Amino acid sequence: MRLEILKTYKLYIGGQFPRTESGRFYTPKNKKGAPLGNMCLASRKDVKNAVSSARKAFGGWSEKTAFNRSQILYRIAEMLEGRRDQFIAELVKQGSTLKQAGEEVNLSIDRIVYYAGWCDKYLQVFSSVNPVSSSHFNFSLQEPVGVVGVIAPQDTSLIGLVSAILPIIAGGNTCLVLASENIPLCSITFAEVLNSSDVPGGVVNILTGNEKELIETFASHMDINSVLYGGASKENIQLIQELAVVNVKRVHYYPMNWSNEDGQSVYLINDFQEIKTTWHPIENIGGSSSVY
Amino acid sequence: MREKKIKTTSPSLEWNYSPALESTSHLKLKKQYDLFINGEFVKPSSGKYFDTINPSNEEKLAEIAHANEEDVDKAVKAARKAFTEVWSVMPAKERAKYIFRIARIMQERSRELMVVETLDAGKTIRESRDVDVPLACNHFFYYAGWADKLEYAFPNRTVKSLGVVGQIIPWNFPLLMAAWKIAPALATGNTVVLKPAETTPLTAMLLAEIIKESGLPDGVVNIVTGYGDTGAAIVNHPDVNKIAFTGSTNVGKLIQKAIAGTDKKVTLELGGKSANIIFEDAAIDQAVEGIINGIFFNQGHVCCAGSRLFIQEPIADKVIKKLKERMQTLQVGNPLDKNTDVGAINSQEQLDTINRYIKIGKKEGAEMFQPACKIPEKGFYCPPTIFTNVAQSNIIAQEEIFGPVLTIQTFRTVDEVIQKANNSPYGLAAGIWSEKGAQIFNVSSKLKAGVIWANTYNKFDPTSPFGGYKESGFGREGGMHGLASYVKLSNK
Repeated sequence: MRLEILKTYKLYIGGQFPRTESGRFYTPKNKKGAPLGNMCLASRKDVKNAVSSARKAFGGWSEKTAFNRSQILYRIAEMLEGRRDQFIAELVKQGSTLKQAGEEVNLSIDRIVYYAGWCDKYLQVFSSVNPVSSSHFNFSLQEPVGVVGVIAPQDTSLIGLVSAILPIIAGGNTCLVLASENIPLCSITFAEVLNSSDVPGGVVNILTGNEKELIETFASHMDINSVLYGGASKENIQLIQELAVVNVKRVHYYPMNWSNEDGQSVYLINDFQEIKTTWHPIENIGGSSSVY
Repeated sequence: MREKKIKTTSPSLEWNYSPALESTSHLKLKKQYDLFINGEFVKPSSGKYFDTINPSNEEKLAEIAHANEEDVDKAVKAARKAFTEVWSVMPAKERAKYIFRIARIMQERSRELMVVETLDAGKTIRESRDVDVPLACNHFFYYAGWADKLEYAFPNRTVKSLGVVGQIIPWNFPLLMAAWKIAPALATGNTVVLKPAETTPLTAMLLAEIIKESGLPDGVVNIVTGYGDTGAAIVNHPDVNKIAFTGSTNVGKLIQKAIAGTDKKVTLELGGKSANIIFEDAAIDQAVEGIINGIFFNQGHVCCAGSRLFIQEPIADKVIKKLKERMQTLQVGNPLDKNTDVGAINSQEQLDTINRYIKIGKKEGAEMFQPACKIPEKGFYCPPTIFTNVAQSNIIAQEEIFGPVLTIQTFRTVDEVIQKANNSPYGLAAGIWSEKGAQIFNVSSKLKAGVIWANTYNKFDPTSPFGGYKESGFGREGGMHGLASYVKLSNK
């Protein structure tokens, strides 16, 4: 009889899979009490490392052409499709039925394709040329907000994670993500998908660990521009909103079910965008007009 | 004190401007202004009033009611009632017509509005006349038309109003800020409790009269005057659905913290330390005008003022020389005089702040220049001031001064200036002066700021979204994007 090779789950920072610098781990259990595996218990230092990686990756990712970002996101869907079975097995191990697991993976893949398609379109739909009264050309367009700290939805392992990350990176941001604490397996396997999909290292950084221990660092770090809170704790969202004032972070809180249609929208991309307005004079000397 | 000597290029020729004072004879200011709640002017429950003065001569203009928690509660209740019973159930096109009507009456009373604005705020009459008042009217006119067209701004969504919005505005553009706040809130079907700044409440009270005259249903707009405690009562009121604030980053942070854990939405338009960048290929005379307009417009009391000047090294000496020459011609003095370029500082408190920074700048080793100009004996004035030899780490190059004080640094390469410009916790605006289109687009896309003025500065328009990145706040005001701050969207 063959002995099964168990997977070591590590963190995903800057395109690498390091163990937590703290050397700590925790062992989440499924509903029946069986251990799911030994997960890294990420520390504040890991969060800080993830922020530096995300910041380093921001310039390159945000300046990629929209078309290129679209292709890379589509590639994530291709990679996930190829690994369906692995994700279904992990979801089942974490308590889903086979049918539920299959549906969650399908929905996740389709959601990635949905956002891949938006990469080179949201700018066209939501930008504007503004008819100012003076002799200027004036336009407004979206730009990514920067580095986003994500506390992933805690009640799902894959769909919540995907739903939170995709609108952020589709819009040219980079992020660091704290996975679901109790059902974290898919998060690190999803990191492997990202790592093999041409997503540059550092664009998405994934940590496993304790929400309570790490949210203060997410909320108060001076180089995180925005926070997505996908958890359900009223207490935690208040804490995040209070600490976020240090650098006027944009905090977004989504108490919703990510598994239905509300869980995907171009307006989620917009939530992580700034509007930049540019003015330039139009020469208006001779007074001649375009007679046709 | 009216005589101001202009130095011209010819030393033998010196001439003076004759005073050209705007008349105030048509004004009928009341002695006392009460709170505007539920369509009525009512006395404050505490019975307390405070003075608003003319900062150009320190004379008292009127007494203003000081609203407390009880008054704010009355205003919020009136706004809630108006929201549920009238404003949210009124057809959108009717809502639009009220807002159009407000714009029209403002236009009719614009002469009065501009003079009162200049008296109360100390800003030059030229600016009140050409910028503040027309832009304020136009803002109402622009947003009026949006009321029945909201679904075009938010494709594939159902658009709902938020409810009662609390709005707190600053003293640098008193009427214009009231318009920026009230117009989009009304167009999107919300009702309003607005607090003007304590040093500049008069035009808001005239606006209250205009709103009453327009027949806008009672309670749709309520205006409560007072100090920071009045503002805090609005922020902390449990029945307010949204706070819109324009002011300092410090107060903005207090507000963000105060509403943490509540369901209140918030938009913040905060401070800035905006970079104005002059490249060596710029049209220099135009750039010098842009520098002047960028920092001395409205005495530098502009959140997006171009207060950090970056000049590319090869032209630095030339630009600074021309800038100093141009500064010699600026007229500092009575804001009611149509010749005046730089009016009065808004308050003694702000003048103290500015003077404190000037002192710090000298102490830090920067070199100061102020043109020779006679300053009126009474009133609050600060001559246009520039600092050269400034380091990136100097306090005067990092903190918002909110006065006519410019810091000047130089740079060699494009990458260097992008880094320097972005090295600030703020990100409200920036200016770029260059004749190379490709360079403008490169730099403008890399500057972390909400408004970029290329070969121009300090331009505003109702159709043009305004607001900052980073610690300059979040949310936009103006244009289609300004609507988003006042609506709740849901799936169709």
